[in-house]
Amino acid sequence: MTARRRTTGVPGVLVPFAVLAVLFLALPVVGLLARTPWSTLAEVLSRDESRQALRLSLVCATLATGLSVLLGVPLAWLLARGDFPGRGLLRAVVTVPLVLPPVVGGVALFAALGRTGLVGRPIDRWFGVSLPFTTAAVVVAEAFVAMPFLVLAVEGALRAADRRYDDAAATLGASRWYTFRRVTLPLVSPGLIAGAVLCWARALGEFGATITFAGSFPGTTQTMPLRVYLALQQDPAAAVALSLVLLVVSLVVLAALRDRWLTVTP
Amino acid sequence: MLGAALALTGCGGSSSSPTTASSATTKASMGSITVLAASSLSGAFTTLGKAFEAQHPGSTVTFSFAASSELATQVSQGAPADVFASASPATMTQVKAEVVGSPVTFVRNTLQIAVPAGNPAKVTGLADFARPQLKIALCAAEVPCGAAAANAFAAAKITPKPDTLEPDAKATLAKVVLGEVDAALVYRTDVLSAGSKVIGIDFPEAAQAINDYPIAVLTNAKNPSGAAAFVALVTSAAGAKVLSAAGFTLP
Repeated sequence: MTARRRTTGVPGVLVPFAVLAVLFLALPVVGLLARTPWSTLAEVLSRDESRQALRLSLVCATLATGLSVLLGVPLAWLLARGDFPGRGLLRAVVTVPLVLPPVVGGVALFAALGRTGLVGRPIDRWFGVSLPFTTAAVVVAEAFVAMPFLVLAVEGALRAADRRYDDAAATLGASRWYTFRRVTLPLVSPGLIAGAVLCWARALGEFGATITFAGSFPGTTQTMPLRVYLALQQDPAAAVALSLVLLVVSLVVLAALRDRWLTVTP
Repeated sequence: MLGAALALTGCGGSSSSPTTASSATTKASMGSITVLAASSLSGAFTTLGKAFEAQHPGSTVTFSFAASSELATQVSQGAPADVFASASPATMTQVKAEVVGSPVTFVRNTLQIAVPAGNPAKVTGLADFARPQLKIALCAAEVPCGAAAANAFAAAKITPKPDTLEPDAKATLAKVVLGEVDAALVYRTDVLSAGSKVIGIDFPEAAQAINDYPIAVLTNAKNPSGAAAFVALVTSAAGAKVLSAAGFTLP
């Protein structure tokens, strides 16, 4: 009995470090709460520009996550299960946005999709359409920065998943697409959900690539982090209030998702 | 600008010019000095910093260039700095409690229209900023260059149709340098610093939007004497030469 308790409990040496980690992560948030101007909070939140920015942030982060799932899951499958030369290089390439300073990411997006970019220039010339400074550009910038989080999470889940279930489905006559949808995806769904949540959270807080590639205009491209940054220039109290809103909204969404999806572990 | 820099740095203990007055100003080390300066000052101040280090061997001048309003926030949060040079009196007023004495206006900056090399949209004046089919970048109203732009548009009775409101003048200029916007309103000094990639176009209403740049020593300066010496260099004739070469006008 006692022997078992000793082996299954948390090793005591980890506890102080874990407590330090909690303090390190939570203290800045507590500081933010301590500095929140509660009396003007309602007024700041009732401003059109605040609500516009919040709505835009939520819509764009969700669209960016959708785009990331649509493109990122197939990519993760290719990286985890595909068998082709240069796979390691491909993985390095698609995780570049993780290490790239987001502002550089924004400049890179200009170089590809901007009016003078590799792909952007012909599109602008032939169709008269240009992506920068539009809401779509916000989604693209956020997806560029956030998608690698999803890809890595799903790839990890795919590697850890037992492939014999896929093989069994195949021997029972299921097509590859059917197996992917009904066997592989459900098996990796905790990883997929975790990756999508991570991706959404990263997209919601995105600043550098967005302000570079999409600019900052109220209602079309000015997301909450951009609004907070601008407010900080003139009215730091309002910036704190806005940050708090972003914080609460993301906590509520993450907590709700967690209860709904992440506690159900197979 | 280079010539002025050379003239300044050349006085750092150079034995070949024993008769010049400037060689007499070579002094002992002034320690390390941290200067917070508006991003529009980056070129001229970097030159002046090198000149200062040459004049006072062993000293180091470290700069932090950013939007004045952001720097003012840093100052009021107790950023460890010795000197603050702002692009607007308003941001300097924000930190009135943190500066020694009254700030000195050392230069002025005027706005200029910036267009990419070749001027693809054939912009000629402020009126083009109201054409919705053009891509336009302006500074946000919250930062000094945005406030100045608003004054210019009010004077010209033009309602601009911007596509983006940037957090500082350099970010606004970057959109022009990258060729992603057809026109922007930035400082004359920004246009000059971008070289051949950007063309500057003067407009008459710029006279209604002149920005004064105040400079001051901070009360929590760790190196007050070094800070005062740097401010003295900036406000000296030699400093004025470097600053006007960068496109600033003198008060």
